[in-house]
Amino acid sequence: MSETSALVILIAAIFTNNILLTNFLGMCSFIACSGQIRTAVGLGTAVTFVMTATTILNFAIYHFILIPLGLDHLTFIVFIAVIAAFVQFVEMFVERFSPKLYFALGIFLPLITVNCAILGASLFMVIRNYTFVQSAGFGFGAGLGWAVAIILMAGLRQKMAYSNIPQPFQGVPIAMIVTCVLAMAFMGFAGMVSIQ
Amino acid sequence: MADRQQPGCLSCGVKGLCGGRGLLTLKDGAWTNNPLAVQVLGICSALAVTNRLESSLVMGAALIFVCVGSNLFVSLLRKRTPHRIRMITEVAIIATFVILFDQFLKAFYWDMSKQLGPYVGLIITNCIIMGRAEAFALQNPPILSIVDGVANGLGYAVALAIIGFFRELLGAGEVLGYAVLGSGWYTPNQLMILAPGAFFVFGVVIAIFNALKGPDT
Repeated sequence: MSETSALVILIAAIFTNNILLTNFLGMCSFIACSGQIRTAVGLGTAVTFVMTATTILNFAIYHFILIPLGLDHLTFIVFIAVIAAFVQFVEMFVERFSPKLYFALGIFLPLITVNCAILGASLFMVIRNYTFVQSAGFGFGAGLGWAVAIILMAGLRQKMAYSNIPQPFQGVPIAMIVTCVLAMAFMGFAGMVSIQ
Repeated sequence: MADRQQPGCLSCGVKGLCGGRGLLTLKDGAWTNNPLAVQVLGICSALAVTNRLESSLVMGAALIFVCVGSNLFVSLLRKRTPHRIRMITEVAIIATFVILFDQFLKAFYWDMSKQLGPYVGLIITNCIIMGRAEAFALQNPPILSIVDGVANGLGYAVALAIIGFFRELLGAGEVLGYAVLGSGWYTPNQLMILAPGAFFVFGVVIAIFNALKGPDT
């Protein structure tokens, strides 16, 4: 993996290996918060930011603290603690220094701790043995990819509100079927670049 | 209590019915309020691991184990946990059980551990477990919490097995690795094993579940 450049990983994480459409991560908020484009954009931005930062942080902690001390079986609990603490910290920081940004982004921040895409990105980073630069590229790309997917979905769902959907399919089932079509569309990127 | 939001999974904002007693708790978790089909919690791993029936079953087992364990301990500690730090306590308990299961898989079923990859670790952020800890175990005695853990884990595991069964059957023409649909007349549809198939089968399964349960639920 060490020869793949960070840029290739970034592109791949957005299109060919989209964290939502191929790895199914972050589905809960994807289904719950894709009703409106504005909400989707806010959440997407917050996820991109937190994912980039936590992937970098977790990389440092994993390779400089956990591995040298032989504590890698604690990976899960340390990663989730880092993510929770980071989100809390960002929330306090943004609230203090930029109230305007806080109102735009603030309500989405607590949601992010329970977003499995964030933890997933860190775990993929460990499993795929990325270097530092690659991890940063992957974290950013995965976040962007997630944002792209949820914004697309929000657009589709806004249109869908006016269609006549059979009763059992209303709500989540039709959302899943639309996501299926979206995932198929993204498979069209498959030949472009590839990581694992 | 009926319409109380489950704070454990803020992103889902799902109504959590805090079950009745004993059998009612069991039925509530496994059918009426099936975590996957009704509350639509924890779908990330439900979609990711169901390309094979075998991995679906292992994931279901993991869910039952972690849900029972975390429910039991959250319930035992419920009177000693300060309200403000209950979330982090719950996460720590859940993560402990996930690590136990992960170490067990790595020690005895290395291939399965490889196949599931990061999704074992992702059980921590599975909203079902957090949701049950928050909505049920915090208010109920240990034994009842165990029952609730079994019920929800079971409801989830069965739903996973159904999805996994159909995806493997249609995608590879096999069940648990044994060829079932003959090679002569059925061409396996690879799409079912890939990501879009997961979304499709899951959507259809929920729709069928909704239709069976009837409207107004």
